[in-house]
Amino acid sequence: MTVMTKKPENPTAHLTEADVEQIGVELDAIRQSIIDDRGAADAAYIRRMVDVQRKLELGSRAVLLASAFPPAWVAGTIGLSIAKILENMEIGHNVMHGQWDWMRDPKIHSSTWEWDNASTAEGWKHSHNEVHHTYTNIVGKDNDLGYGIMRVDEDQRWIPMYLAQPLWNAINACFFEYGIAAYDLELGKNLSIPKEKRSDEFKRRARNTITKIRKQATKDYVVNPALALPFGGFLPALAANFTANVVRNVWSHSVIMCGHFPEGVETFERKAIPENETRGQWYVRQMLGSANISGSKAMHLMTGNLSHQIEHHLFPDLPSNRYAEIAPQVKALFDKYELRYHEAPLPQQVGSAWHKVVRLSLPNGFMTTTTPKNLPSQMKLLYGMATGGPKVRRAAQARLEQQARRIKAAKAA
Amino acid sequence: MSSFSSLRIGPSSGRGRSTAGLRAAVGSRVRRVAEAAVTPLELDDVLDVFSPLRAGGPLRGRIVAVHPETRDAATIEIKPGADWAGHVPGQYVRIGIDVDGVRHWRAYSLTHGPRADGHVSITVKAVPDGHVSSHLVHGARPGTLVHLEQAAGEFVLPPESRKLLFVTAGSGITPVIGMLRNLFPSTDEGVLLPSRGADRDIVVVHVAPSQPDSIFHDDLVALDAAGAIRLVTRYDDEHGVLDVGSIGDLVPDLAERRTFACGPSGLLDALDAHHEEHGLELFVEQFRTSRVEPGEGGTVTFSTSATDVEIDGATPILDAAEAAGLLMPSGCRMGICMGCVLPMREGSVRDLRNGAITTAVPGETDPRGVLVQTCVNAPAGACSIDH
Repeated sequence: MTVMTKKPENPTAHLTEADVEQIGVELDAIRQSIIDDRGAADAAYIRRMVDVQRKLELGSRAVLLASAFPPAWVAGTIGLSIAKILENMEIGHNVMHGQWDWMRDPKIHSSTWEWDNASTAEGWKHSHNEVHHTYTNIVGKDNDLGYGIMRVDEDQRWIPMYLAQPLWNAINACFFEYGIAAYDLELGKNLSIPKEKRSDEFKRRARNTITKIRKQATKDYVVNPALALPFGGFLPALAANFTANVVRNVWSHSVIMCGHFPEGVETFERKAIPENETRGQWYVRQMLGSANISGSKAMHLMTGNLSHQIEHHLFPDLPSNRYAEIAPQVKALFDKYELRYHEAPLPQQVGSAWHKVVRLSLPNGFMTTTTPKNLPSQMKLLYGMATGGPKVRRAAQARLEQQARRIKAAKAA
Repeated sequence: MSSFSSLRIGPSSGRGRSTAGLRAAVGSRVRRVAEAAVTPLELDDVLDVFSPLRAGGPLRGRIVAVHPETRDAATIEIKPGADWAGHVPGQYVRIGIDVDGVRHWRAYSLTHGPRADGHVSITVKAVPDGHVSSHLVHGARPGTLVHLEQAAGEFVLPPESRKLLFVTAGSGITPVIGMLRNLFPSTDEGVLLPSRGADRDIVVVHVAPSQPDSIFHDDLVALDAAGAIRLVTRYDDEHGVLDVGSIGDLVPDLAERRTFACGPSGLLDALDAHHEEHGLELFVEQFRTSRVEPGEGGTVTFSTSATDVEIDGATPILDAAEAAGLLMPSGCRMGICMGCVLPMREGSVRDLRNGAITTAVPGETDPRGVLVQTCVNAPAGACSIDH
């Protein structure tokens, strides 16, 4: 993929300025219809969700006291994994978005919620709510796809380091919560600054994050295993907590990849965004920059309704339990304005996102030009590009792109 | 109230204190381990799941019964949490209840004296446009959890006064009925006259639009029949609207009595003027403060920084405050990230996206203030923000 404005066919070319503003008006009306209607049933929904999650977590931890007994280990680990996923996805992420602030309940409020994750609520609210949701999919501005360490766009120059990015991505998935914490702190940028020149704000947030990680680790890897110690279950309980954290990390990483990374989701060029982007223009960017996952009610719940990523990005502060209800209206709006409503089942979206990770780990045009027959020569070329200097890379790159263009032209003919 | 807590601590001997100290030390250690096991939740959050009314938690209560009084009034019986410190009849309680999913706080008089079962009761009249009162009268269900603060209020019986006059209008009877029921318990055998009530000489002048709408009418009549009080009722539809100037005609020995009044501000103001003129003492209780209709723009007072900013009705509070030189929390500046929310103690703001008005009324909304997004709200009249 390449940023939208550099593509030969701009998917918004057929929209007039008035169309874009009308889209804004119509989406505002959908938002308002939910705001006018939200009430006791919605409040009951989130309270029940919190209640079920807490009972599931405590129940699972109780079962894990007996985790020396393998069936208890399995049951407790499954329960704890689900509890952690619910806490992060359907509850924590959405509460921190302010989706439930209208209830004026200080216990379920964006300003007071702290989640079961290595990153602090404060750091997350900044990097996710503020940066990612405002500058969605703008290359160089939205770090949500790991722009710092990964090549996520054709326009980023390929260097040999990117060959390892499928591996980075897999490791990042397993330890995703720490990746998020690091990226909330803009660790890469801040660590490159000499120690004495780092801002007090960074130091304060770094201290808070370390405290948070210590508390999280103490809970999962010391206190809860220690409680199982009298039943001979210290190590099994520790392993169960570790497994549940990894399951939660891989799951949330997959869901987040599906939201903005599948093939066909648009990215945007920073300089192509108008200085004073209108609400309509912002809405259109959200519409093109997000992808939904289709599936069952249970799947929607486990993704924290981020399966309705498009609706979530249009209305990040509407209660998540309402996204399913407005999805048909939003989809109708896409159809009306001839825009692509990107939706596919989970395995397909995960596959598509991973395909892109792998494709972009290789030089542009490499996958298009590679066939089983020319594989040995292609590998030789790749080896040359990875070990040679910039000059060699540029020349090889130009050849690859030329070949890829020819193949495309041949296909078109 | 204080006597309750001192009773609990009082009888501990020297030995008792050391075991209590040990228990406290072990307790705090157990608590620390438990906190470490449930972080980032607080232990209270976990205990709330199982025992929301326990000692040591936030003060709450559970509605155990709703007794209709008239067609638009009901008594809500509440079992308060273990930390409820008791109350003196005449006091009120602030109660937080969710209506249509939104937490609202209101103050209501407690309409019973301390009861044997430890429950408390409030009596609520549904007022027109009264979102919360209508919900309590018609929508409250037993089992519902409510949020409480400890009883408060100075409107209580002075122990030394023998001759009293109560002037009550409409639901203004509620604090008074609490005092009267405490003095004269009502049983199956009728109203009792224990000595704590018998040596008082009480007149109640009760005003209401009509008899069927009058809360506690039957209770007042029964108290009157038993000789506990002298009841003078004035119903607007029967007797015309009460002229406060003529209260001396209804109560000839007015000058010998201490007057306690509770009702709408019109009545209280008139009574105040009357008593002032005659040099009489008056104790009043009033709940509903007069409210200001939301306007367009206004002065925003930032209380912590002691700064007033004049803002028009189309400019977000955040922009105007920054232009005035205040350091404000901010984020996306488009209403999605909640990075800019600040508590509003009093006043109204208008959401510039959809015109929705949010109002904070001291005593009715959350004591810590209502959190508003300053980046998408403009003042709708004067308001006060903590910052």
